[in-house]
Amino acid sequence: MTKPAEISKAGIWRRLYDGKSFPVFVVVLSLLILWYAGAVYMNSDRLIDQYERSKVEWSWQQLTEDAWSMERPILPAPQQIIVELHKTVIDKKITSKRSLVYHSYVTISSTLVGFALGALLGVLLAVGIVHLETLDRSLMPWIIASQTVPILAIAPMIIVVLGHIGLTGLVPKAIISMYLCFFPITIGMVKGLRSPDVLQLDLMKTYSASAAQVFWKLRMPASIPFLFASLKVAIAISLVGAIVAELPTGAVEGLGARLLAGSYYGQTIQIWSALVAASVLGMLLVWAVTITEKLVLGRTGREAV
Amino acid sequence: MSDVDLKPVIEIEKLNLVFQTADTPVHALSDIDLTVNAGDFVSFIGPSGCGKTTLMRVIADLEKPTGGHISVNGMTPEEARQKRAYGYVFQAPALYPWRTVEKNIMLPLEIMGLSREEQKARAARNLAMVNLEGFEKKFPWQLSGGMQQRVSIARALSVEPDLLLMDEPFGALDEITRDHLNEQLLKLWDTTKKTVIFVTHSIPEAVFLSSKIVVMSPRPGKVIDIIESNLPRDRTLDIRETPEFLEISHRVREGLRSGHSYDD
Amino acid sequence: MKKSADLVLILFVLLSGISVFLPVGVDADMSVQWWDKPTAFALLVISVAAALYQLISRETTTYAALLLTIGCIAGAFAPLILTRTVDASGYGAIGLWLFLVALGLLVWRSLALLSRAANGNHLLAFAVPALFGIWLLYLWQVVTIGFGIPSVLLPSPEQIGAAIENNTSTLFADFYQTVVKSVLSGFAFGCGAGFLVAILVDRVPFMQRGLLPLGSLVSAIPIVGIAPIMVMWFGFDWQSKAAVIVVMTFFPMLINTLAGLQATSHIEKDLMRSYAASYWQTLLFLRLPNAMPFIFNALKINSTLAMIGAIVAEFFGTPIVGMGFRISTEVGRMNVDIVWATIAVAAVVGSLFYGILALMERRITFWHASYRRAK
Ligand SMILES: Nc1ncnc2c1ncn2[C@@H]1O[C@H](COP(=O)(O)OP(=O)(O)O)[C@@H](O)[C@H]1O
Ligand SMILES: [Mg+2]
Repeated sequence: MTKPAEISKAGIWRRLYDGKSFPVFVVVLSLLILWYAGAVYMNSDRLIDQYERSKVEWSWQQLTEDAWSMERPILPAPQQIIVELHKTVIDKKITSKRSLVYHSYVTISSTLVGFALGALLGVLLAVGIVHLETLDRSLMPWIIASQTVPILAIAPMIIVVLGHIGLTGLVPKAIISMYLCFFPITIGMVKGLRSPDVLQLDLMKTYSASAAQVFWKLRMPASIPFLFASLKVAIAISLVGAIVAELPTGAVEGLGARLLAGSYYGQTIQIWSALVAASVLGMLLVWAVTITEKLVLGRTGREAV
Repeated sequence: MSDVDLKPVIEIEKLNLVFQTADTPVHALSDIDLTVNAGDFVSFIGPSGCGKTTLMRVIADLEKPTGGHISVNGMTPEEARQKRAYGYVFQAPALYPWRTVEKNIMLPLEIMGLSREEQKARAARNLAMVNLEGFEKKFPWQLSGGMQQRVSIARALSVEPDLLLMDEPFGALDEITRDHLNEQLLKLWDTTKKTVIFVTHSIPEAVFLSSKIVVMSPRPGKVIDIIESNLPRDRTLDIRETPEFLEISHRVREGLRSGHSYDD
Repeated sequence: MKKSADLVLILFVLLSGISVFLPVGVDADMSVQWWDKPTAFALLVISVAAALYQLISRETTTYAALLLTIGCIAGAFAPLILTRTVDASGYGAIGLWLFLVALGLLVWRSLALLSRAANGNHLLAFAVPALFGIWLLYLWQVVTIGFGIPSVLLPSPEQIGAAIENNTSTLFADFYQTVVKSVLSGFAFGCGAGFLVAILVDRVPFMQRGLLPLGSLVSAIPIVGIAPIMVMWFGFDWQSKAAVIVVMTFFPMLINTLAGLQATSHIEKDLMRSYAASYWQTLLFLRLPNAMPFIFNALKINSTLAMIGAIVAEFFGTPIVGMGFRISTEVGRMNVDIVWATIAVAAVVGSLFYGILALMERRITFWHASYRRAK
């Protein structure tokens, strides 16, 4: 029901309004404005208190300026976080214990190891579940139940048990990531491996194809788009697992450790910059999976689910 | 046909509709002129893409024309829609899977705010009309395709409109079911004296059902011929072997051919 | 199918047969044989007899499946009795462990028979995973006791059960603090807000275009990292935990509800238009029911996120009660059994939470293609 007249006469505003980037821009801009306003609002109490105690005259302009440049603000202003990020990402040597790049590296290595293990486990479980009815019936409910156990609850136990057999450092953290991220992969892969319809399966039957042939020639290719959809979810969760795992290990390295240290010493800007770094990492990881997906699916000429 | 109430229900003059698509504009309807009288059974026939659905949707105010004039019951289509002047049967049954058959039929009545008893009574009456008594508590997905489409007809009838718009309602059904439903529809039309507009691309179906056949052709969608049928109102399937029937079919076929509608 | 099935049972009988001639443990420096423990030996014989009967009858009825299951249960008691009376760690008990491996085969076979019989039988469909779970717990029990694993490392299910019994009031207080106060309030508020905002955003296409692309970015963010900030803002008590959960659950609900509201087809919308239905009528009669599967999807995801969020947030500070607090302090004190007891409570609560949502989903979206059965 588009009206042709409107389109042809549409001005630049209309086009911007109907486009995609402009609305996103507006939303982001409003969030930033809200953030700055929030920083003033949340930090003002303490500042006004200070002014009154030291009996200084204060103006709104002064208040805003101070609110955006406190050392330990309740809510830091975005530019403070950017300054901190600049300091800890670019200025510091990446081998330094205070470089965020270093901490990110620590977190990302357990994320990736955990992700690889989780993907392997997830795919194997899915293959088993699709092929063995017994596994489907007996294991599936427990796979779901396993995810209702909060990961941080068993994390210390995993660390204790693995520590006893001499595994410390990266491995326990990776295992915790794996525990979180195998689940979406299993679910997605089961769906994908079951996605061929009766007709396609019957066709294979007419060729009297073996179970292995049906798997490699039909089920596996059909499941690839589903696999990537769940890999995208899984890698983000794997990062959560790696960060969360750093908390009870008492780790001194990694983004989770930065969060913990920041919270001990009330270093809000440090917490926020670790948080921003983690978010950027998460986006990069998901983006990397998306790119891989495009490459793989592009070659087979298919669309993502 | 009774000459007493040749009251026009739909009047269309010089109607145009151009769809603005990404690359080129599509001239879906071009200078359509058409009058539908009360009690008519009008079929739109033509190859796919000739604008049958679009014309029907304009009548139903689901699409706005870009030019020309149209009135439904002497009102604009929008006013007619607000007054719930018509029942629309889509190509697919479009039943809601979370509602039982009965509740599906009651849907428009709930929206209109009728009383509970009235809703129930109308649902029962119209289910009987399409021979589906006893299926009230079933869910749509428990019925066959033909039964689902009958439910959707009962749903359109439950509004008790004087005007029934049907867009290829039997298109997805097998021929045996289709014949059967055609006969039932005809009986319904004969007894209730409703005005029916019916889209099809089957020549026998159009000739069998209609008192007036509108032959259309594509690119741009326009009306080529309007054929008045003088077959009796109470016809049975046997009529398809009579010379009169074959003659009208022939004229429809000629019309379609002259519209060059099959050259691609 | 039948051939390979027999092979599993034959292997079971063979392995059990071999194990009979091997020692099952050490008692006061003396090697213990199966026949020294007549009860355990009788149980082994019962399980082998059940397997032999199945090998000969080759039936696949429910009755046959139940018979084999009884054989499993009988056989399972043998190692349980043995590990209690003799030292079963190491090579001295090779016969016992061999029989346990064989028992695994028998369990597998009986689960296979049961799951074949379970089609259309709700009780059996429930029994299969339940038995599987019991089997895992059983293995845990036999292995921890048999190998004498120290309870500071991994307590046996029995010890965990005892810890639950001895600490009910503490565990209940933790449950009340973490689940009732933090999780439920945060979950309700986060999901509710996500839902309402989705309805609002859906009405304003401009906001929708602005928010949806950001939605996929947000899903890549480890939101749980805001826990320390929320603890600073809202204090140590449940409010800060609820706040973390609100933020964590808000976005999945928003994104899923928006997607669900889009899931309505053109033809369905045209139908409502042809009835001159108002916006709210269309929403209520058509779009919300259509969105329900998406909304439940979000609720289920959020139920696990909420538990994670609460426990992580407790890590950054709590009043001295709460499941996260309990775990971190009792780990420090080496009271591993209490930690596991808390984990068990968390697992049961989490599964119940999820299960209730899944049941509600089944009731409300019974019509969805993934559930419905024709006729
Ligand atoms: N919403 C729309 N946007 C653009 N083009 C459309 C739209 N609806 C229909 N058309 C075009 O209008 C023409 C007529 O379509 P339609 O009325 O559906 O034909 P019919 O029902 O006779 O098969 C076709 O060329 C079709 O592609
Ligand atoms: Mg059409």
